Amino acid sequence: MAVLVNKDSKIIVQGFTGKEGSFHAGQMIEYGTNIVGGVTPGKGGQNHLDKPVFNSVAEAVAKTGADTSIIFVPPRFAGDAVMEAADAGIKVIICITEGIPVQDMVKVKAYLENYDCRLVGPNCPGVMTPGEAKVGIMPGFIHKKGRIGIVSRSGTLTYEAVDQVTKAGMGQSTCIGIGGDPIVGTTTRDAVQLFMEDPETDGIIMIGEIGGSMEADAAHWIKEHGTKPVVGFIAGQTAPKGRTMGHAGAIIGGAEDTAEAKMKIMAECGIHVVNSPAEIGKTMAEVLGVIA
Amino acid sequence: MNLHEYQGKALLKSFGVAIQEGHVVENLEDAVEAYKKIQEKTGSNIAVIKAQIHAGGRGKGGGVKIAKNMDDLKEHAGNIIGMMLKTPQTPGGLEGPGKLVRKVLIAEDSYAPDFDACSEMYISIMMDRGRKQNVIIYSTEGGMDIEKVAEETPHLVHKEYIHPHLGLQGFQARKVAFNLGLSGAAFKGMTKFISNLYKAFVQSDASLFEINPCIVTGDDRIIAVDCKVSLDDNALFRHKDLAELRDTDEEDPTEVEAKSFGLNYVNLDGNVGCMVNGAGLAMATMDIIKLSGGDPANFLDVGGTADAERVEKAFRIILRDPKVKAILINIFGGIVRCDRVANGVVEAYKNLGDAINVPIIVRLQGTNADIAKKIIDESGLKVHSAILLKEAADLVKQVLES
Repeated sequence: MAVLVNKDSKIIVQGFTGKEGSFHAGQMIEYGTNIVGGVTPGKGGQNHLDKPVFNSVAEAVAKTGADTSIIFVPPRFAGDAVMEAADAGIKVIICITEGIPVQDMVKVKAYLENYDCRLVGPNCPGVMTPGEAKVGIMPGFIHKKGRIGIVSRSGTLTYEAVDQVTKAGMGQSTCIGIGGDPIVGTTTRDAVQLFMEDPETDGIIMIGEIGGSMEADAAHWIKEHGTKPVVGFIAGQTAPKGRTMGHAGAIIGGAEDTAEAKMKIMAECGIHVVNSPAEIGKTMAEVLGVIA
Repeated sequence: MNLHEYQGKALLKSFGVAIQEGHVVENLEDAVEAYKKIQEKTGSNIAVIKAQIHAGGRGKGGGVKIAKNMDDLKEHAGNIIGMMLKTPQTPGGLEGPGKLVRKVLIAEDSYAPDFDACSEMYISIMMDRGRKQNVIIYSTEGGMDIEKVAEETPHLVHKEYIHPHLGLQGFQARKVAFNLGLSGAAFKGMTKFISNLYKAFVQSDASLFEINPCIVTGDDRIIAVDCKVSLDDNALFRHKDLAELRDTDEEDPTEVEAKSFGLNYVNLDGNVGCMVNGAGLAMATMDIIKLSGGDPANFLDVGGTADAERVEKAFRIILRDPKVKAILINIFGGIVRCDRVANGVVEAYKNLGDAINVPIIVRLQGTNADIAKKIIDESGLKVHSAILLKEAADLVKQVLES
């Protein structure tokens, strides 16, 4: 079961024949992910990595029954690729692309409101359900099937949390990298809600960073509706105000979106907040009473 | 990317937004010429000299002066051009070194002919992250710190959210003009001003427009007297003309250099340098340094392809900072293989030789981490290696205390 993706997901790759798309599609197939084909306009009819290439997402859906797409299209065309996937009936759209103009995402996000689909990302490492489907660019081998759900705005910091969870004797139900941009399709709260409703998830790790109000929104939701323990960390406690820290969305705008302010709200809402990123796995194990 | 005031005004003007006119100059001679032109055009002897640097609060540091005659002009322009201007927003604030003023704007007196008949408004446009829509924020309380206005008199700050697909509607422009208390020609002028301003915002892929103050003159003209414009770096590919306006003199030279190597670097004040792959992990590593008793000297994301060359470039940049007492390298290998990074560290060490005279803690985890640790341990270098983040944190503490 887990959330968003599993062994039964039928996944296509948009930007399939490009350098990034090819490399990561190969890695995903090697992991055992059910990749059913790919899309590169103008290259339909070919075979790539032993999978069919289609000219459009609609054609790929018609021929393969695909319900999930992962996007490696360059920034200037990525917004278009997301809308094409939605229009073709894809239910889970995972956009890896970094560097999409904000005004493009403002329009794309509004466009998606009329479709029954979920966008994850952009500017994210993807979604991973260990042992079933790796739909992203994360290293597969650090993951282990288990019952901890992880949501994070970061790539390598997510791997760090995954590694700690695995080493602490637990595993992951699903890991969702929601992305580091100011506008993302799936918010921290959305992901937390998915995990709260997932019978295969026992505990949730929520990793945020400076900028925006997603963590505070999630914290308030958890206070109202939470039924499972949540461990939280916010990166950027030492970040200066007004500077973009790598991720386009990681910038302190005011007093509300500092790491300190977010951690305070999260703690007040019953989240087990850790100050050190080295304590994430250990704290989850303690909360759940797991002995490694 | 931030624009100078004069660049922002030129952008607004190209969209039909009325601005305080002026001439940008770099020396006293041209300042005098600009002043003469303004005298001739406006028939007034009043002009404003405004330092062009990327920081707000210029007036507080003496970077904005009014000239009432040629002597004033020469005195003020002479003082401002080449000064180290300190404002609350320059590095270190009013106590810091300030920023060198290379250019000044000699601007017309927009408040003429009747200063007292003018009223100052505040207008800004930005993307609201929560609503995922652009928002126009406006107030009758112009010329002041808007955050303070919002705190003390929130009812005087209005917001108008714009539909992502439909754009600014006519009724919305009228609502803004109405809420600003305007009528007659000023009302009409404001609706046009707002419409053109919004068009400029969207069509230039801006991330922030701040017009403070925007004035309504006694004869009902609407004029942007100051403006702050920031553009979305990710959209510059479709605005080649705007991309050329980047003024690297306003940026930290080390940050500009790092960028040219594909490194994402932000200079900070601390004593422990760091080199990390990934922005989130880089921020988390800075936090770890703080928790271990140090202060981060920088943010540095080496990106997804941390090869030997890039590691060496990153080393050189961190080592240039004399405050750095230790360096923590934290790589979580996914696509990046740790053994390659380890070889990069060893290679850089060889090339830099004695330049590396501070302790280095290397934490490599993920793909091929074991091989990487072996490479580091067998290299004979004075490098502390760790696998767990906790171990790395303890090593930082140890090094700082020794």
